This record gives sequence, structure tokens and C-alpha cells, in this order.
Amino acid sequence: MPHALVVAEITEDGKVKKATLAAITFAQKALPAVGGAFSILVLGGAARSAAAELTSFGAQKVLVCEDPTLAHYTAEHYAPTVAEVGKSFALLVATATSQGKDLMPRVAARLDAGFAGDCSDVLVEGTALRYKRPMYAGNVFGTVELTTPVQVATARQSEFDAAAPSGGSSPVEAVAKVAPGAAAARVDYVSLEAVKSERPELTEARVVVSGGRAIKEQFFQVLEPLAQALGAAIGASRAAVDAGYAPGDYQVGQTGKIVAPELYVAIGISGAIQHIAGMKSSKVIVAINKDADAPIFQIADYGLVADLFQAVPALTAELKKRKG
Amino acid sequence: MKVLVPLKRVADPDNANKIKIAASNVAVDSTGLEWKTNPFDEYALEAALRLTENGKAPKQRLGEVIVVTLGPKECEQTLRSALATGADRAIRVDATDDALDGRLVALALKSLVLAEKPDVVLLGKQAVDGDSNQVGQRLAELLDWPMATFAATIREEAGALLVSREVDGGVGTLRVRLPAVVTVDLRIVSPTSVYSAHTDAAHRYAEGVRFAPLPAIMAAKKKPLDTKTLAELAPGAALSTKTLKFEKPPARSAGVRVKDVTELVDKLMNVSKVL
Repeated sequence: MPHALVVAEITEDGKVKKATLAAITFAQKALPAVGGAFSILVLGGAARSAAAELTSFGAQKVLVCEDPTLAHYTAEHYAPTVAEVGKSFALLVATATSQGKDLMPRVAARLDAGFAGDCSDVLVEGTALRYKRPMYAGNVFGTVELTTPVQVATARQSEFDAAAPSGGSSPVEAVAKVAPGAAAARVDYVSLEAVKSERPELTEARVVVSGGRAIKEQFFQVLEPLAQALGAAIGASRAAVDAGYAPGDYQVGQTGKIVAPELYVAIGISGAIQHIAGMKSSKVIVAINKDADAPIFQIADYGLVADLFQAVPALTAELKKRKG
Repeated sequence: MKVLVPLKRVADPDNANKIKIAASNVAVDSTGLEWKTNPFDEYALEAALRLTENGKAPKQRLGEVIVVTLGPKECEQTLRSALATGADRAIRVDATDDALDGRLVALALKSLVLAEKPDVVLLGKQAVDGDSNQVGQRLAELLDWPMATFAATIREEAGALLVSREVDGGVGTLRVRLPAVVTVDLRIVSPTSVYSAHTDAAHRYAEGVRFAPLPAIMAAKKKPLDTKTLAELAPGAALSTKTLKFEKPPARSAGVRVKDVTELVDKLMNVSKVL
């Protein structure tokens, strides 16, 4: 029976991105329907060193495609190889990062495969897979069946635990890069400007402090000390990003980052449906807003109706005091 | 430049929390919710209009924008409002909503693209009902065209588009030589997001999408709207996705109001124990 294939995501200098571990967990949950085994495919300019990090997760094989033309990710260069390797598998899964969301539907089209994106769970029913996925900004969950022999999915990172190494040593096997089609010759990677931050990664942080438009130009001035006191990542509402107070990749919401930290602190965020879709799986939600009727209070575990410009420094000071 | 913009109508996304599940559990019930154009597709249309004009003289169209939707006759309303906003002509692919999935939509669009030969297919990165995020990528692969997904800015160059994309950890920039598929993200309707080769770099657009003036709404009724069928564009293709069950997520109830930060920290430390 064909197995599952995890498509890993790595940095350009050959380190495995933590997001990959969610896709491994997804594949492990799917095992009974995919012949009990999964492999991992690693592509990139420095894929071999990343592959070495992936040999202790119980994969049958770690397949490596290292090629200088894969140094910068583009779907046009990656999809042909992923599809060629993937065509003998029953399930191809990656994590729904910006790369996974870009690549996997393209791979699915190449294989004429059904696609289930941003899944919050995968269920096994006999030998069939069922994909549970949020729709309508997380207001509805659909359980989806794909009817194609090869199936492609992406996993919502916040809904799958990071797989832990289980020991063992999967054999590493090289695979050749498949010559890409005409599309690849017509796309140029130009640049990747990384946003530098001292703070933890938004999708991986235990605590997230998010700000809305109400904080205005003092966005980082107000939030940074609190984030520091909590060891938190910083997020933002769409309104704050649109207004230019925070960079685009800080946005939490239906179409931005989906986060589910232990503690989510929403500051000056009214709670639009699209924002709530990105954070409502958080374990504990705190809302600070001076509008007592803000919708965010309907989902917050703790609500503080207050002027954020006074409450946030006071909260920061209180946390520092308690921690000594 | 000739741009094809696929549009989807969706149940009012600002009231998505009012979506109900039909008693059968196999359909959603959006009764009472207005149909709206998928916001990302509206943004794609705005970007298409900006790419086919000089921003200083937007009434003079310098290219062609064709809008297309797949769905029943009522969807023509979505096309008419796009025509009123500035699109030149429209195509409806007749289909019932439950006979469509992302794979079929991409297959049908491929046939249309081969017939229409646009320079760019510009569409939303996802429809906010299914939240699938797959049609643009699938279409690019079926056409063997380059793609730039999640576009935040577009600059027209000679025979190419320079596209910046909001990706994890920063902003990535790609150059795609035409023809190409571009899917757009939220920031594409900012004042400096899209420049055609005709628009001066100093030009600043109004934030957001443009609205149709009343005379344009009247005039749109006379713009061409063709109809095709799913069967002629994607012959023999069947659904590959079936939704077996819909359910509402567990409701999250409002907690307590705290009077000050001291009480808040007490709760977080002693009740929730997250600090």
C-alpha cells in the first residue's frame, strides 16, 4: 500500500524549520490509512545537512534532493520534483506555512490530486483519510474526503504538536532533481527581506501580545516592554498592519498567522471575525480595551476595560514586580 | 495588458459567525446573509484596473479586464458589479455551487485562459468561505505558467511583473515574465501597491477598492456578459472533494472582567497558571 510523504521545509542554510514537525505529526496520525509508513522529502541548496536532522523521527526513508537551483525556494522549481517523488505515495503533506500554501496546491495540480488545505485534524476511517478543516474564518469545520488516488494536504501548525524524535536512524537516499517546465524559466527570485526581531517566532511562542490600531505610532514602544516581560512574540491586527504600525507578517487572523499560544493578550483590538479566526484556539485569552462593548470581550477569559496607554505599562510593571 | 479576473461570490464575510449548519449536517446554511464578492477577488479586480490604466486618468482604459465567475444565474450580479466598477466584459460559467471544487474551477479556468489568452490572471489568494487557497496555484501549474502568490505589491516592467509577497518572516520578491498568474493579499489595495507602466511612480491611489458611480452601474447593464458551461470547459471532470460533514466549533464563552492589572496578574498566575 502506498505510504505518506512529508515535504520538509528548511532554511537556505540547511536547517529544518520547526514547522516541518507539525507535518510529521500529521503523517503519523494518518499511518493506519497509508500502509503504516511515511518518508520525508527534503529539497534545497543545502538539503543534505537538513536531512541529517530528520533521520530520528521514524521515517522509512529520508529522501534528499540537493541542487543549486533549489537554493532559493520557488514553486516552479520545487513542484516537479515533489510531484515526481510523490506520485508513488498515497498522501503528500506539508505544513501550511507560506511556502507550504504556495507549493502544495501546485503539486496537487501536477498530480491531478485532490487537495485539503490548512487542516486542523486528520482522521482515519478504515483505510480512508478524512480531513478536518476550518472554513468561513473558523466559524465552520468541514470534514472532507478526497477521491483521488494521490491526496495532498497541508497541516495547520497550531493544531498539530511538534513531532519529537523517536530514535532510530532512517536511511538517507538521494533523489535527482526533475527538470522543471517552461514556468521555471519565467520566474526569478529577486530577494527576501527578513524582518529582524529579537522576539520569538509568532507561530511558535508560548505567549503572544497583539496590538490593534488604537496603539498608533507607539506600537512597538508600548508592546515591546510587555512582550519582553512575558517572553512573548508580538502580533498585530489587520487594522494595525494596514495603518503601517506593524509589518505584514505580524498579522494574526484568518488570512494572516494562525496562533494558539498558552496566553494571548489582545491590546486595543476590537475583535473582528477575521482576527478572532487567527487566535481563538489560544488557551487563555486576555483583552484590554477601553470600549466595554468590543466583541473581543465575548471570547476573552479575562477582560480589562481600560485605557491601554495606562494599563499596558502598569501590567508590565506589575509583572516585573511579581517576578522580582 | 489583458487581465482575466476570476471572482467568487461568498456569504457576507463580516457576518461569518452567523453561518448555520443545515439539519442534514452536510451543507451550510447562509440564509439571511447577503452575497458579497469575495474580498480578495475584489482586491484582485482593483489591482487589475490599476494595471490597465494611468492612475492619473483612470477613466481611459489602457487594456482589457475580463471578469469571470462560476455558478448559477444569480452570480451574474457579482459580474455586473465588477463591470460597473470598470471591468470591460464578463463571462459566467454555468454550474451549481455544489458541483464545484478547487480542482474543477482551475480546470475550467484553464480552458478559458487558453481561449482568451490574457497576459495575467489576477485573483484573490483564497475565497473566504472555503478558505482553501488553491485555485491560483493549480491554474498556474495546469498552464505551466509562473506564479506569484500572496502579492502585496505589483510593478509592471517590460513583459514582466515585479511582485512583492508577504511571506513568513518578511517580504519576498519575485519577477514573473508574462503570461503569469498572480494571487493577491490584503495589502494590494494600499495607495502605492500597484503601478502599471503608464502610472507615474509619484502617483498615490486612494486606499482600498474603487466604487462604481451610479451612471456606471447603469452602463454596466449594456456591457457584454457571455455564458459558458462547466461541461464545455472541463468535459468529463468530476468532483475530487466531498464534504461529508459540517460542524460548528465549540463555542468559546466570555470569561470574567477584572478591575485592574493586579487582579489580572493574580488570575493569570493563580487561576489559569499560565505565568
